[in-house]
Amino acid sequence: MAETKNKKHFFDEIRTVHRLIWAFFVLCALLVGLDLVFHRHLSFEEGVLPAEGWFGFYAIYGFVACVLLVLAATQMRKVLMRGEDYYE
Amino acid sequence: MSSLHPAFFLLFGGLLLPLLPLQARRVALVLLPLIGLYNLIGYDVGASQTYAFAGYELHIVRADKLSLLFGYLFHIAAFLAGLYALHLKDRLQHMTGFMYAGAAVGAVFAGDLLTLFIFWELLAITSVFQIWARGGTKAINTGTRYLLIHISSGLLLLVGTALHYQQTGSLALNHLGIDTWATRLIFLGVGVKCAFPLLHTWLVDSYPEATPTGTVFLSAFTTKTAVYVLARCFAGTEYLIYIGGAMAMFPIFYAVIENDLRKVLGYSMINQIGFMVVGVGLGPGMGVNGAVAHAFNDVIFKGLLFMSMGAVLYRTGKINGSDLGGLYKSMPWTCGFCIVGASSISAFPLFSGFISKSMIMQAAANEGHLAIWLMLLFASAGVFHHAGIKIPFFAFFSHDSGIRCEEAPRNMLWAMGIGATLCIAIGSFPQYLYGLLPYPVDYEPYTTTHVVLQLQLLFFSALAFVILKLTNLYPPELRSLNIDVDWSHRKLLPSAARLFMQIATPLRDGFINGGKRLAFALVEQVRQHHGPTGIFARTWLTSSSVLVVIIFLALYLLLYFQ
Repeated sequence: MAETKNKKHFFDEIRTVHRLIWAFFVLCALLVGLDLVFHRHLSFEEGVLPAEGWFGFYAIYGFVACVLLVLAATQMRKVLMRGEDYYE
Repeated sequence: MSSLHPAFFLLFGGLLLPLLPLQARRVALVLLPLIGLYNLIGYDVGASQTYAFAGYELHIVRADKLSLLFGYLFHIAAFLAGLYALHLKDRLQHMTGFMYAGAAVGAVFAGDLLTLFIFWELLAITSVFQIWARGGTKAINTGTRYLLIHISSGLLLLVGTALHYQQTGSLALNHLGIDTWATRLIFLGVGVKCAFPLLHTWLVDSYPEATPTGTVFLSAFTTKTAVYVLARCFAGTEYLIYIGGAMAMFPIFYAVIENDLRKVLGYSMINQIGFMVVGVGLGPGMGVNGAVAHAFNDVIFKGLLFMSMGAVLYRTGKINGSDLGGLYKSMPWTCGFCIVGASSISAFPLFSGFISKSMIMQAAANEGHLAIWLMLLFASAGVFHHAGIKIPFFAFFSHDSGIRCEEAPRNMLWAMGIGATLCIAIGSFPQYLYGLLPYPVDYEPYTTTHVVLQLQLLFFSALAFVILKLTNLYPPELRSLNIDVDWSHRKLLPSAARLFMQIATPLRDGFINGGKRLAFALVEQVRQHHGPTGIFARTWLTSSSVLVVIIFLALYLLLYFQ
């Protein structure tokens, strides 16, 4: 057991983690860059949601949604959070 | 073969399981769902069976594309859950687990409301043992709450059915709508099982309390049977679109701050059912198709996620995000399967969620429901955030908790492996699932637009997680509990009752004691005057009487002569 505990694993090396995070940033940039290249089909009929066709709409929506989600949920903790044995 | 009822093998096979010795029981656990599935494949669309009971002609089998799809699904789920629970020695969990699956199969093949009611209650009674089997006061109390709520759901269904029969003379389980009080009661009964907002707490209360294998059973059948009944009886009901929107939205906030990872999955389950409810509300065609396809996928990927968390709980005895981390070192296979489940629920291209969730979103867009569509898009990003990233991250990566355990038992790995394979197979070859859907499918998920936009949405949701984590804005996992609306009946009502008792008890005592004192005083008065020594009880002398009479006569004379 002691041997396995001391064994270096993939994510133990902090440089690996940093490299992966950078690769992820590059992928994000490439993905949003694709918006410049290809023509997309809108989900809605013309005129209902023009923003859908804007550059990076889905990327920005996803990012903002998650930031708002986390910040709102953190605030919710102030009202909702109790001790683990609250009901006992 | 096909003359046997579709639920026969699971229901009666399950009932006989405890009689078998362990090794034979394990063989039966694997074979029963497969034989059941084989029996079901023998059914053609349009097959029907009736059974005369107490003066009613019960329509016990109605096979059409909708019921057959759920029938196949429940057999697959029973197979995976049975395989996952193969290492158990507990006869009770094996027996009730399979009977529970059988009850779900019976419910989706029911052609009338009375048959549905019977299987509906059987679902409640057989499933609660998956919670009680955990043992301890907490599990017993949780199971009892669960049972009370589900029996109530059945009662709503029964009252609605009786009223509906009185009004229409029909018990047929077809489109009902919500135009009468009778059908509204049925709608509400189904809503309880479907975990509608405010009626949802039983789900997040009970699923984390069940045994590691029990939650896998629970997650597959109850809510999906309810989705089936919604699709059967209430497709196109506009309220469902808004109810589903709310269901897709609010649980993701809870999921972000919840520490118990199986409870996180419970919240994300309500979120996924929200998508299905929206689909059903959008009506026959692409809406119901999307809802049913998503139910099919959800049973498998949510089952896979619950299996992976169950394996973690089984091996480490812990399930809180704050206690776990770094488990990819000890449980690499479980970790891999969990990531497949997480990718499926997040709707990554080539994984199963991608081909069904998008149908519902497209159906909402086609109908011009802009607000709902934006909510679903928010929920899609959110589900990736809490189920797709949070679950695998805090269990298997994050900071190393120092826990070193064995990999999950082999039967669990097989069940997860088959589940993961199905997730990828369905996501990569959607045409087979599309072919089983109740309405013809005119939808192509793999367009460049859809793939790129979905990837943008997901990658930037992940980017938000990475940035929030790096800047320490992400809320840490804390040993805690977040109150939900069940606070009203678990805390508020008991407190109100205690307060009432505090005020009412002295009042009641005062009333009773005051009344007693009054009665005693009265009795004492009466005793004084009429008692053995009382003035009215004395024997009087004749001479005294004569004296009194003389006094009165004298008074009379005086007054008269004046």
